[in-house]
Amino acid sequence: MVDKRLKRSAEASAYKKMEPEPVDNPKFPPVKDGASQYDLNSGKYLKVWQGPQHPGITGNMSLELVTTGDRIVECRTHVGYLHRGFEKLMERRKYIQCFPLVCRICVPEPDFNEYLFAAGAEELAGVEIPEKAVWLRTLTLEMARLTSFLMWIGGQIGAFGMGTIGQWTVTMRDYMLDRFEELTGGRIYHMYIIPGGVRADVPQGFFGRMEETLRKVERVMDDIELTMFHNAVFKKRAEGLGVIDPALVDVYGVTGPNARASGVRRDVRKDSPYLVYDQLDFSIVTDEKGDAYARAWVRYQEMRQSIDLIRQIMAKMPKGEKGGPFFEKLPNVLHWKIPAGQTYKRAECTRGEYGFFMVSDGSEYPRRVYVRGPSYSHAIALMEQIAVGANISDTAGLMVSLHTYPPEIER
Amino acid sequence: MQDMADVQNRENLQNRENLQNQENLQNQENLQDMKKLQDMKKTADKISALKNRFEISFPRLENRDDLLFVIAAEQHAVPFITWLRDMESYTHLVFFTAVDFIEDGLFQLTYMLHNYQLHHDIAVLVMISRDEPVMESIHHLWPHAATYQQELFEMYGIEFPGSPRLYEDFALEGWQDIPPMRREFDTRAYSEETYFPRPGRKTFDTVEYMKEQLYPGEAESW
Repeated sequence: MVDKRLKRSAEASAYKKMEPEPVDNPKFPPVKDGASQYDLNSGKYLKVWQGPQHPGITGNMSLELVTTGDRIVECRTHVGYLHRGFEKLMERRKYIQCFPLVCRICVPEPDFNEYLFAAGAEELAGVEIPEKAVWLRTLTLEMARLTSFLMWIGGQIGAFGMGTIGQWTVTMRDYMLDRFEELTGGRIYHMYIIPGGVRADVPQGFFGRMEETLRKVERVMDDIELTMFHNAVFKKRAEGLGVIDPALVDVYGVTGPNARASGVRRDVRKDSPYLVYDQLDFSIVTDEKGDAYARAWVRYQEMRQSIDLIRQIMAKMPKGEKGGPFFEKLPNVLHWKIPAGQTYKRAECTRGEYGFFMVSDGSEYPRRVYVRGPSYSHAIALMEQIAVGANISDTAGLMVSLHTYPPEIER
Repeated sequence: MQDMADVQNRENLQNRENLQNQENLQNQENLQDMKKLQDMKKTADKISALKNRFEISFPRLENRDDLLFVIAAEQHAVPFITWLRDMESYTHLVFFTAVDFIEDGLFQLTYMLHNYQLHHDIAVLVMISRDEPVMESIHHLWPHAATYQQELFEMYGIEFPGSPRLYEDFALEGWQDIPPMRREFDTRAYSEETYFPRPGRKTFDTVEYMKEQLYPGEAESW
């Protein structure tokens, strides 16, 4: 008689295959129970710390690498260099006081935090927002996506030794920040989307200047296509680097361009449309190879898509005073009690699915706000899996190609 | 002249066809949406049918069409989640976290699962005791769950026997105090004990400050 428990454990261990697979390299140590069996004292292996102070690391985190020759045998991610305890701080603050905190969770893309926190609070409180505010929110989110992608290109191509392209895109990002400043009053942290709507209407002549900026960005993007995607060095180093198998996508909770580059058609904007994404015309960008080059190419096309979406939004948005109000008057926000309940809101940011899980206990303070950042699974479990076998000089490029931001790992 | 009329007729016909096509497409989309909703309801019915097997109950929370809250008993939670993953294709673990209900002496563990075919979420809530918080690990279902569990142990002190790297430091280094995300941990007292105030720094009570600065008219009515 077969022991049922044994059988069940055999089924469960089917997922063990996802642990570091043995690499076809005679210098690599044997793998036992999913862990490499190496002896650092043998002199064959070397432990290298990449980060926290290292130019080739994204943000404040570090990678503990075990190498043989110039190949990575084992990778471990360490975080905790940026922990500011935002989730804890929010438990002791009123809903409106949380706003200066939530946008700081993710520096290059604060608007998603603002939108999701506001949308969660509105859903729990049962507040409907005016149509114009919905359009303005979509506009800011798309602008944030484009701005964040512009910064990512700098990191991606900089990691492969071509800093100039990064300088072009960061300049373009600055022009986008000008537009943000005009619309919201802030360059990095906007605090524009608040419960009940948005803080201000579109300034006069904003759409014209936005169009001008978009044209500038497009011109640079043509150059980027030539210098980055047709560049022999970039092609040679990025192709085949850090391949994400489609089978890994569900197992590791991979979302966003990382999943789409492996041919998995997933986009929150299409799958569960929020704001006005169901009224906009766009399609999901995918690729098949799943390597760093495919991921970069998917992101590049999504930048084009964002530009197109911004144009669509500007054309379709209800304008002027006829467009109606942009803010729904709320009760005094300093004494705003939100009925008890729980909710989860999600949106598609540049890195994947971004979400806020909010629990209210009926008081003026949120009981719990949990931030689901896509980097949480990309930078730790997935990175540790796909870094094995890579060349140590490609670690930085691999890390950036997953587009990770440590601040959303340690909220 | 007749040619012109012909062209116009043809254009009119084409326009009408286009309109019809658009209507058909919209109808198809509506039908698809209806089917999706029906499928979601079917899943909810299936879960209700398994009520006794997994000791499931439904909390008094407002459900959206695409989000369902389910309370599972502690000992049946992991089999229930496995069933959802393998049989109902809730294959994506969106997140795994805890909420501290100190007044009831309970932690609410929240497993958010997503179905990519239906685009439907199920939040599996598990209430465990705050005094001896131990829960079965789910790292064998999703490897990245180990990270969530590592964080939950550090921030709430919830143990997951068998979870890899559970006792390693995650975000905090050399933390000696009680797990900081528990409600009884007082952040203000901790920072006053640990750090010293810098001279020349002013602090304002936010409510008082806004009363004076921003809402002078409204403040009178408070």
